[in-house]
Amino acid sequence: MISFNQVRKRYPGGYEALSNVSFEIAQGEMAFLTGHSGAGKSTLLKLVAAIERPNSGSVLVNNQNVGALKAGALPFLRRNLGIIFQDHKLLFDRNVFDNVLLPLQICGFDHKESAKRVRAALDKVGLLKRERANPIALSGGEQQRLCIARAIVNRPAILLADEPTGNLDADYAQDIMAIFKSFHQVGVTLLISTHDAGVLQDTRVRVLNLRNGVLQTATSP
Amino acid sequence: MKHIFAQHLSVLRTATRRIFNPPLAGLLNIMVIGIALSLPAGMYVLLQNAQGLVQQLSGTPQISVFLSMDAKADDIEKLRKQLAQHPAVERVEFVPRDQALQQLKQSTGLADVIGGLEKNPLPDAFVIHPKPGNAQTLDKLRTEIGTFPKVEQAQLDSVWAYKLEALLKFATLAVLILASLLSLALIAITFNTIRLQILTQRDEIEVSKLIGASNGFIRRPFLYFGAMQGLLGGIAAYLIITASLALLNRPLNTLSQLYASQFTLHSLNLGDSLSLLLFSLYLGWLGAWLSVARHLAQVEPR
Repeated sequence: MISFNQVRKRYPGGYEALSNVSFEIAQGEMAFLTGHSGAGKSTLLKLVAAIERPNSGSVLVNNQNVGALKAGALPFLRRNLGIIFQDHKLLFDRNVFDNVLLPLQICGFDHKESAKRVRAALDKVGLLKRERANPIALSGGEQQRLCIARAIVNRPAILLADEPTGNLDADYAQDIMAIFKSFHQVGVTLLISTHDAGVLQDTRVRVLNLRNGVLQTATSP
Repeated sequence: MKHIFAQHLSVLRTATRRIFNPPLAGLLNIMVIGIALSLPAGMYVLLQNAQGLVQQLSGTPQISVFLSMDAKADDIEKLRKQLAQHPAVERVEFVPRDQALQQLKQSTGLADVIGGLEKNPLPDAFVIHPKPGNAQTLDKLRTEIGTFPKVEQAQLDSVWAYKLEALLKFATLAVLILASLLSLALIAITFNTIRLQILTQRDEIEVSKLIGASNGFIRRPFLYFGAMQGLLGGIAAYLIITASLALLNRPLNTLSQLYASQFTLHSLNLGDSLSLLLFSLYLGWLGAWLSVARHLAQVEPR
């Protein structure tokens, strides 16, 4: 589903974020991406979503070389991805419902079908009762869950999450991990970055460990 | 199909809401556009009115040739031939003195005064329709005819209308130049408003791009914004012109009654009004399109 082959990413100014990274994630697999901050976790996720492009090597998503995609084709790649951003990227000029509605508007769903899907997504993350609230009124954990609802409302095959439990206490983090596991169970491919070793202890999933842009181990469950 | 229409409608509604947010800024923008458009459009209306008036009054220039009172029938016939053979003359028309008196009675409402006259004071006359020429050649022709025997006086009518028409053509050109300049100003206003809009909606644009919005999807609300603002500006211009003409018409009526005539300023007709609205809508859309093309690429997600 996701395959990196000798990927190197160097930012302008010479900083090498990723060197020679190769791995493969199969369809329906759930994998964690770990490493200290600055190890290149975010860069790796951005390469999958073609927010950044590799300097060399190839990034394949669904057998498509996303590093070579034309700008006009990017929207269609991203519609198949659900992305949970480190900084949430919620829109504070509209309520919770409309935030989750945005991906469906972009894909051109009709009104009735979208409303149904938005409520289903909000229900999944436990925010159904807050649909009229402004995201700014939500707690950090709720904002994170809202971001998840927006990422899954489109029913993507692949879910990317950048530090989804970064600023949350242990209980909230467990909640979120439970939500991810439920997606894993229905066959979604997940790639989750975290620097929080705590959330990994009781999970038996694959871990990709990055150190200074070099992939250390690819442990299997 | 139906839901695509519903989507566009919802984008239009959002765009319109953003025009009036904050309300005062939106109203000021529309007012500026309205005033900028109403200047050339209003002058155009005035020119149309003036042109109508000139055409009503003049037609084509004519030379009236008044004969001396002692001219006999064979003098008249001789003069008619002479005039008709003149190379600069298109057509000659004889107006006998009795007929001229009748016309005078009918057209000016001076019947009572004329009825009180003992005898007809008017001379026989020819009306000459000259071949088309400019004011100078016409004047030369008039002088020449004035020297013909039994001609008391030759008078060039409506050459002032000729001159006025030339003046109006000049004024029309001036209005066109003004309209072009103010159209550019309107595009500039929209360009800048949309630039500010893009800055305010920066987060939305960035997030939309990240979750798979096409460029068309992102552009659409801004184009609608520009077009809608232009249209509202056009409506404002229409209202300004209509209201101003209504204000002008009242004193004008009084004035024209003093001259015993009826003259009212006509406002924009249906076709012109529609052109005004469509034109302002198009200018708004164009300004928005230029601005979006220029500024949207600068908002790239990171």
